[in-house]
Amino acid sequence: MNEFLTLMKSEWLITAIIFLLLFIKIGRGLKNESLLRFIQFLLLVNFIAGFFFNKEGYLFGDMFYTSKLIVFQKSILNLAVYLISLLCADWLKKTQHLPEFFILMLSALLGMFLMISSGNLLIFYLALELATIPLAAMANFDLGKKRSSEGAMKMILSSAFSSGILLFGISMLYGATGTISFTAMPPLLDNSPLQVLSFVFLFTAFAFKLSIVPFHLWTADVYEGSPIAATSFLSVVSKGAVAFVFITALYKVFRPMEEIWYTMLVVLAIATMVIGNLFALRQQNIKRFLAFSSIAQVGFIMVGISNGDTLGITSVVYFVLVYVFSNLAAFGVASVIAESSGKENIDDYKGLYKTNPFLSWIMALALFSLAGIPPTAGFFGKLFLLTAGGVKASYWFITIAALNMIVSLYYYLRVIRAIFMDKNETPVEKINTAPTVKLGLLICGAGIVLIGLLSWVFDYIESLR
Amino acid sequence: MNLLLLLGAPFLTAVAVLLSRNKQQVKWISLFGALVQLGLSFVLLFVYQEQRNAGNTAQMLFEQNQPLFRSLDIHFHFGVDGISVSMILLTSFVLVAGVLVSWNIEKMTKEFYFLLILLALGAYGFFISLNLFILFFFLEVSVIPKYLLIGIWGSGKKEYSANKLALMLMGGSALILVGMLGLYFTAGRSFDILTLSKTTIAGSTQNILFPLLFIGFGVFTALFPLHTWVPDGHSSAPTAGSMFLAGISMKLGGYGCLRVATYLLPEGAKEYANIIIVLSAIAILYGAFATMMQKDLKYINAYSSVSHVGFSLLGIGMLTSTAITGALLQMVSHGLMTALFFAVIGMIYDRTHTRMVNEMGGLMRVLPFITSVFFIVGLCSLGLPGLSGFVAEMTVFIGSWQVDDTFHRVATIAAAMSIVVTAVYILRAIGNTAMGPVKNENYLHFKDASWNERWAAILLVAGIVAIGITPEWLNELLRPAAEEIMNKVGGN
Repeated sequence: MNEFLTLMKSEWLITAIIFLLLFIKIGRGLKNESLLRFIQFLLLVNFIAGFFFNKEGYLFGDMFYTSKLIVFQKSILNLAVYLISLLCADWLKKTQHLPEFFILMLSALLGMFLMISSGNLLIFYLALELATIPLAAMANFDLGKKRSSEGAMKMILSSAFSSGILLFGISMLYGATGTISFTAMPPLLDNSPLQVLSFVFLFTAFAFKLSIVPFHLWTADVYEGSPIAATSFLSVVSKGAVAFVFITALYKVFRPMEEIWYTMLVVLAIATMVIGNLFALRQQNIKRFLAFSSIAQVGFIMVGISNGDTLGITSVVYFVLVYVFSNLAAFGVASVIAESSGKENIDDYKGLYKTNPFLSWIMALALFSLAGIPPTAGFFGKLFLLTAGGVKASYWFITIAALNMIVSLYYYLRVIRAIFMDKNETPVEKINTAPTVKLGLLICGAGIVLIGLLSWVFDYIESLR
Repeated sequence: MNLLLLLGAPFLTAVAVLLSRNKQQVKWISLFGALVQLGLSFVLLFVYQEQRNAGNTAQMLFEQNQPLFRSLDIHFHFGVDGISVSMILLTSFVLVAGVLVSWNIEKMTKEFYFLLILLALGAYGFFISLNLFILFFFLEVSVIPKYLLIGIWGSGKKEYSANKLALMLMGGSALILVGMLGLYFTAGRSFDILTLSKTTIAGSTQNILFPLLFIGFGVFTALFPLHTWVPDGHSSAPTAGSMFLAGISMKLGGYGCLRVATYLLPEGAKEYANIIIVLSAIAILYGAFATMMQKDLKYINAYSSVSHVGFSLLGIGMLTSTAITGALLQMVSHGLMTALFFAVIGMIYDRTHTRMVNEMGGLMRVLPFITSVFFIVGLCSLGLPGLSGFVAEMTVFIGSWQVDDTFHRVATIAAAMSIVVTAVYILRAIGNTAMGPVKNENYLHFKDASWNERWAAILLVAGIVAIGITPEWLNELLRPAAEEIMNKVGGN
């Protein structure tokens, strides 16, 4: 019983918060502002609790597995959700349905937690659905906007399609091996054509969720239509969680198929980086821009995954941590500007530095980190991914990845140039950033600068293995 | 001496600049910080020479090793040899002069000085790093300040130049990155330069990695045909920015070509030496002839930089210890000279508001101090004995002449011919601007150099003359390090 509580600690905490919010919703006693503050407090407690009483072990046979590394991965996601609640406070305060938004978000988070911990294809499928369906509702949360509904519709259709493919893959895999347990499966894999086909279907489902090229087409529209709080959740938390599961599935379950997935990863990583970068070049809307840049970032994550060893896991977890801070900072600034002035285009950012130096510097830090320029943490994150990818890969793979860094620098510099250099008759007016938002941005900024130079973060992740 | 002081001083200065209240404070704090760094680098020079005179023959002195990411062999491994010491000295000279020259900058003063000091921080870190990863880190640190300095405070088509510079330098970095990872994996997972220099790497691998690293660093130091960012970047940058770009940033590339590419991959260096020689000879001649056609003073110096930096690469390509010493002398000399050149051009432009040679004239009469400095730096550029340019170029030629086959001889002669062309464009530029009648009546109201400009000029002139008259001290500093590299390469 005790183990039942401690091993599933993260899940219980999230469930408790969801129930609390449900009761609050029934009570309708609190105003949005104080309610948001309460939720932020709960999420902070939830994040901190992630560092205590951590154990390793299985539950329900081998259906649920947790280890220190998995708990840390969950903590990263908890942190991201906490930061979103801080950064998007301006928008959250205005929504009519604040508790519902968090209930949906936390349900999705709960699904992701179960997905990360799943030791069985059925639990995995269940958790994946739990992590997906609330996302579509969240994407639809700008109730007055048609784009928001359009995005949600695209999201739900493509998710349903990928779920179908996933189920098909699972059933074929079950037919070929006779088991759905992750621990029992590896010895039974012998690369027979049926198994390879079912693996490809499973891979496709992951590719949908991670928006790996050519399954990326839903991303930009959904990102653009959704409110920024939902977009940042989609691009950071959802991507991070699926990346964690992806790496566990490949390394633990499909280890005997390493040759197959290695080739697939290399080819798709190149396609994802190149196409994500090329499409990002011409975007005007900052959310679409960040959508395509996040596709390119996923390509880099795949470079790290291709390592196939502990360095791969460490570098991916480290990169996701860095990515949480960098991308959320960028979305945070975009959210502040969009809420106060309604402007979402890169051209509207011209002359921002004159009026809002603080926001400009945070945005610059975030973009430099995404581009992988030192002294930001993104530099270390990207280099570790490339180092991990370089262990097995030939020079041209790393070269292509490195060249993609130049292309990405070009479009990140476009935003920097608009903010710092271009002149504008009507720049965004001076914005009084709310204290909580400022706190969130400062946390992100500190994270971007410090995680790289404080090497114990990396050492800690490494020690979790 | 603790080398971390060299990183701590600029870091504290940068923080103090950020915290300061008004423009006056910013300027004085920056100047104070820059002077402290100059003092530190002199202390480093003396302590270093003392150690060497006391018979300390270790390759690197004042070594420090702090692990950063232990499992990936990324360490803060610092240490200096003669090359690093002279480059650090160069950096601090240019920094002090740059701070003084930018005294009257009005737009976003705080940010300007912050970025300038960040650039210097990157350069110091680069020159003392003995770990490839950290070296690369500091190399990249300097890219963004350059981009912002040009893009925000520059003139002309500044956005285009800033973009071109950032992307080309990032391209170079990408090649270095691949080469660096290649070294890391072939040499048993080590980023440490001293460890790498002791491991033997197969010739075929060296032939793949050497071009990656050499071209990568070559982009930073205007290796032909990847020099195209130089003219645009230098001419669009603000004065202090140009001084840094030409004076220090291009030296980062030269230092990397030598310390990383040539030293760690000697077989590759031998394989490609002839190509380097051809490219640098082309750069020397092409740069010189291109300069003849320029009418803008900044473009004149930018193209002549391509030509002058070509001598460093030529020296490296010759692979004799004398030629490499010459290449290093040329780096230091060109760093001081070109910084002074850009400083003087900036001073003239602040007054005339034009950089076109044919619109000026008779400046000697109205601006005696500035024009005299202009003469000195021009003469240094064309290699007048007694100034640093002569010492450096002569050493390169002597070193090159030691290789006695037709190919090397032809290359040396071709490079030496450029001196004539240099004399033509320098004398013409100086003649047109300084001599003759005063073309514009407004010029008669000009005031000669202010105190800050005077000190900046005096500092750099002192450096040039010190090397020109007593080259032994610098030579003694550089030669053992150059010989160490040549021992690794093999040959004379």
